[in-house]
Amino acid sequence: MLRYIVRRLLWALVMLVLVSAVVFAIFNIFPTADPATLRAGRSASPDQIQIIRESLGLDDPKLTQFGRYLEGVFTPISSQAPDVDGPMDLGESIFQNNTPVKEIILDRLPATIFLVTGAMILWMLIAIPVGIISAVRSRSLLDRTTMITSLAFISAPVFWLGLVALYLFASDVGVIHIFPGIGSYSEATTFWGKVESMLLPWMVLAAATAAIYARYVRSQMIEVMSEDYIRTARAKGLSERRVILKHALRSALTPIVTLLGLDVGLLLAGNAILTETVFNIPGVGQETANAIGQSDLPLIQGIVLFGAFFIVIFNLFVDILYAYLDPRVRYQ
Amino acid sequence: MSAAAGHLLEVQDLHVSFDTEDGVVKAVDGVSFAVERGKTLGIVGESGSGKSVANMTILGLTRAENAEISGRILFEGRDLIGLSDDELQGVRGNDIAMIFQDPLTSLHPFFKIGAQLVEAIQAHSQTGDDEARERSIELLRLVGIPDPERRFGEYPHEFSGGMRQRAMIAMALTNDPKLLIADEPTTALDVTIQAQILRLVERLQEELGMAMIIITHDLGVIAEVADDVVVMYGGRIVEQGTLEEIFYDPQHPYTWGLLGSLTRTDRPRRSGRLSQIAGQPPSLIAPPTGCHFRPRCPHEFSKCPKVPPLEARSGSATHLDRCWLEVEKRRTLRVLAEGEIGLEERVTGNP
Repeated sequence: MLRYIVRRLLWALVMLVLVSAVVFAIFNIFPTADPATLRAGRSASPDQIQIIRESLGLDDPKLTQFGRYLEGVFTPISSQAPDVDGPMDLGESIFQNNTPVKEIILDRLPATIFLVTGAMILWMLIAIPVGIISAVRSRSLLDRTTMITSLAFISAPVFWLGLVALYLFASDVGVIHIFPGIGSYSEATTFWGKVESMLLPWMVLAAATAAIYARYVRSQMIEVMSEDYIRTARAKGLSERRVILKHALRSALTPIVTLLGLDVGLLLAGNAILTETVFNIPGVGQETANAIGQSDLPLIQGIVLFGAFFIVIFNLFVDILYAYLDPRVRYQ
Repeated sequence: MSAAAGHLLEVQDLHVSFDTEDGVVKAVDGVSFAVERGKTLGIVGESGSGKSVANMTILGLTRAENAEISGRILFEGRDLIGLSDDELQGVRGNDIAMIFQDPLTSLHPFFKIGAQLVEAIQAHSQTGDDEARERSIELLRLVGIPDPERRFGEYPHEFSGGMRQRAMIAMALTNDPKLLIADEPTTALDVTIQAQILRLVERLQEELGMAMIIITHDLGVIAEVADDVVVMYGGRIVEQGTLEEIFYDPQHPYTWGLLGSLTRTDRPRRSGRLSQIAGQPPSLIAPPTGCHFRPRCPHEFSKCPKVPPLEARSGSATHLDRCWLEVEKRRTLRVLAEGEIGLEERVTGNP
């Protein structure tokens, strides 16, 4: 088991370096907007741009630049470059007064984590029972109703759902004043205040995912319920409840854990961009939208790498968890 | 007829059918048999003959919304068909236990062998964890698993096929069942392991005084362990009798075919190749009218489109068959060569 984890860790490290290279290539080798020009502002003279270019080291060979970039990202203490503030030095933002990208991301991360964690708990709390009931009462009216409802939620875009939810329920612009409105997260000062302000975003973000997961739990359960070992469990004289909740669910949820890890990784990496934008939540996703709008290249680059980092880490986490959940994996 | 006669289990006129999208599947079509205490009943037939469905129905494992079950299944005088799901749970794994064909897929891959045994014990009694653990280890030892203390904490995939089936048997024995139903217990195993498992089952049956139903498509298995034999075809019993009656005086052409396709190494074969019964098993959705074996039978004649009743025709009251052929004629038809019983290959092409 330890060997397995070490092997996976080493692979994760290799993946991260590769991802860094790809991200670096996209933003520095392929023709994009010139960071120096962007930074210099509208009425800068060619000399000023040249000075900025030199200060950023943009005239150095690309490989040297990549080396410096890698060093910033991975080395804990700056050794060569004096301005490197590692680890995770991702450069400085162009439009936010040269604030280090790392600082911006770390500043934005808590809101995203809060949003994603809450939504995840909510969608699993909905998806598991709905999936199980639909599977056990497969083809019943209840099953068909929930599955059609879930299809509707899957089909509804998050931004549309978010706007409709705000229109209906937000305390400032809504028809019925139930939930705090846009921007209430930033204004909330207490933990419970923040929880309250997140209720609507959680529901909106969880709606589509809960629907997808409910369908997935259902199909997994239906498949597992026809396994021979379920017949054995029944033949042993176990109650149907125990057969379903212990024997079947244990098997059905194992592949879902994989999916969950990847989805949470994606959301943390900035896939909550729409929800955060609609509800004006100061998270990584919203920052991504801002950065793209302003062509803030170092920031975009930082967020992309950071997102990739999350996905690699969650992949690793899922693999290890899977080995824990499925004893057969450990011995391969 | 009933419990007063001393039968442990008596199945009477059992019908099981499933309503599927393709039509109604008549899996079991009026089957009756009885199992005596301490005895072994062998049920033989090919895939789709209804042998597994009939036995799973005894434990209520075929209960489903689309299933239609009728008849009586008397276990110690109590009709299991009428029991509620909860009542039936008390019978499963307790009075009647079942083991299945493939021990790899029949054990839960994520739970340790020991935990699965303990669960079976605790499903039917208020046994403490330590006591259940000890009992489990003792059972693993009883079925011949070496080093049971260590094996208790291992997962099914760490067991070999034969060891897994032994563990399955141990799990079935946890609550001292009066009847053990073994559904193709050796089919998925290596030939050498098959013999070991059969010997184990026989030994345990003797030691524990259980009755047993062994379901198989292999007459060799039947010959080793059964006292009485039921031959099933297309959802019906076509012949039943004692082991001797079925092997030495088979009455139904299908039984001849089964006997003829046994691989015998003790005498040279007539044709040098393995014989088989021509044709396919009948569709259970639209079975042939009359005798179900009719389309594959080389001895079919004018009476066959009518269903022959299951009757004693050969002189013994325990030996029943479902064939219109005259008994005298059968004795000549079934002999393919000196001392060799079999079914003549059907010369005409299949319909």
